Amino acid sequence: MAQKTYMQALNDALREEMERDPNVLIIGEDVGQFGGCFGVTKGLFDQFGEKRVRDTPITESAIVGAATGAAAAGLRPVCELMFVDFIGVSMDQLFNQAAKMRYMFGGKTTIPMVLRAPQGAGIGAAAQHSQSLESWFMHIPGLKVAMPATPEDAYGLLLTAIRDDNPVVFLEHKVLYGVEGEVPDNAGAIPFGQAKICREGTDVTIVALSKMVYSALEAAETLAAKGINAEVIDPRTVSPLDMDTIIESVKKTHSLVVAHEAVKTGGAGAEIAAQVAEEIIDYLDTPIMRVGAPFTPVPFSPPLEEAFIPGAEDIVAAVEQIRS
Amino acid sequence: MTISKKKMIEMYTTMYRIRQFESKLQEFFAASKIPGFVHLYLGEEAVAAGACAALNKEDYITSTHRGHGHLIAKGGDLKLMMAEIFGKSTGYCKGKGGSMHIADVDLGILGANGIVGGGGPIATGAGMAIQYRGEDRVAVCFFGDGASNQGTTQEALNLASAWELPVVFVNENNGYGISCPISKSMAITDIADRAAGYDMPGVIVDGNDVTAVYEAITAAVARARKGEGPSLVECKTYRWRGHFEGDACTYREKDEVDEWIKKDPIPRCAQKMLDEGILTEKELDALHAKIDTELQEAITFAEESPLPEPADLFEDVYA
Ligand SMILES: Cc1ncc(C[n+]2csc(CCOP(=O)(O)OP(=O)(O)O)c2C)c(N)n1
Ligand SMILES: [Mg+2]
Repeated sequence: MAQKTYMQALNDALREEMERDPNVLIIGEDVGQFGGCFGVTKGLFDQFGEKRVRDTPITESAIVGAATGAAAAGLRPVCELMFVDFIGVSMDQLFNQAAKMRYMFGGKTTIPMVLRAPQGAGIGAAAQHSQSLESWFMHIPGLKVAMPATPEDAYGLLLTAIRDDNPVVFLEHKVLYGVEGEVPDNAGAIPFGQAKICREGTDVTIVALSKMVYSALEAAETLAAKGINAEVIDPRTVSPLDMDTIIESVKKTHSLVVAHEAVKTGGAGAEIAAQVAEEIIDYLDTPIMRVGAPFTPVPFSPPLEEAFIPGAEDIVAAVEQIRS
Repeated sequence: MTISKKKMIEMYTTMYRIRQFESKLQEFFAASKIPGFVHLYLGEEAVAAGACAALNKEDYITSTHRGHGHLIAKGGDLKLMMAEIFGKSTGYCKGKGGSMHIADVDLGILGANGIVGGGGPIATGAGMAIQYRGEDRVAVCFFGDGASNQGTTQEALNLASAWELPVVFVNENNGYGISCPISKSMAITDIADRAAGYDMPGVIVDGNDVTAVYEAITAAVARARKGEGPSLVECKTYRWRGHFEGDACTYREKDEVDEWIKKDPIPRCAQKMLDEGILTEKELDALHAKIDTELQEAITFAEESPLPEPADLFEDVYA
């Protein structure tokens, strides 16, 4: 059992997959000697050389498109966007090209590419470097979307992402890079579409994504002190989404709160809430609540950014509200 | 082209103002007084100063992530700038934007930009509005060597050229996009070469010579005002600091940095003014002292200004 940072776990997954499969390569801005904007690809250039860890110009459209084309031509590219916000520059190549090629071509092609990108607020990077955009991607049939919260999940999900024959959007939270956690020596690939029950409870189900998993666990402790026993579930991938685990939990707790850092409006939480309502509304003893960021861009100034980012206290408040 | 004494002093003042402002930010960042990212313009002052000296207040500019210099050169108020970078409610953008989005819209600034290559199409659109209304204005797009590789930039160059829009594309070629030297990001060495593909003039100037920048931009602006369409002016320069403060800059040699520091545009301009009798040493000292006082006032203003209130979060999402 080793203590590792989230960043190291990602780095290990990349290295091991590159050692295992010569078709895996990395492209992106400053991913080479520089090691990536946040350092995720550090050391890989030295180990694998420029051919397999390749700096690109600042050209997101071509980064995502080239990864798509190279994947269609038989490689397994992992491309990096420095910040998920830059997907705006390359969206066509992702959602009209990578996501749909297989379907449009009658199942005759595979696009085994991974698009890694950090998202999330919390470092004062303002409106164009802080968004959480998973709902954009989960809305597109043909894409898979992973968003690990822990080092172990970061490692295991990235292995799966690279081995998957579909385009995978792999969303890291930039504030989690330095977070440490246990990664077992025998850790392996974690299948997509398998939620993790992070804490068992009986009174309310809290489904949380990415960094909000930590807030949900913190909220659960606060609630426990007030006699409310919360179950915390991390779906880990939002496409595919493991609704079975969530539904089983809600059948037990009869109460649901969904929490994510993305803007609440049109977020992944709306999808989860809607599916629970469609499937098992009769089991619910309380209204469903969503916790998410307010409907504003991410502001720069620290007190504003702090007000923007949802946290444990918002989850506690949501649980107390529906139970009152 | 003869440059008036007044213009020379104006350009020098701008460069010195940028230098002092950025040097202070360097200190403040090191002392953890500034949140977020800071990209300093140290060493590149002559580009903004020379280019904006060729513009009127009504002209538009689009700036970049390295935008403090452009704003100062367009006439920005150091107080409001410093307050914004400190995240204060009295800042240019009420603390919503910070360093990367700092802008004075009243000065025709359509943003600093967090998206590399984001400014090209916007400057082109401003050019379209100018042409549409038949106004005597131009739009200037500042963009980096890295930004020149973005599709958005190339699309903007093409559109501006196809529609003969009054846009001047000012390339700040400092040799690197973060760690990536231009030798790795493009097959050419002169970004000005790209102008040929859009049938517009492509000019290269020494970006550390404020008079050369001023002359080239003046010519491009005159052409745009006459309705003859866009130009691309490539200014060869260098950033002294890392890409952002905190960048260890392992990708470039110290010798290279030292060579460029020797080409500092500011003493070069000062020497020229002294040689030509435009200013005396004493007058130069007085000019410096005045700017240093102005900067000190800006710092005091920023430090004493209040932070925004959480409720301000919801302001200005929609008109
Ligand atoms: C669309 C987009 N891609 C990448 C980045 C990250 N980034 C910020 S500045 C920069 C380098 C820009 O290089 P250049 O245009 O030459 O400007 P310089 O920093 O040298 O002034 C990069 C890659 C970004 N902000 N936006
Ligand atoms: Mg550059």
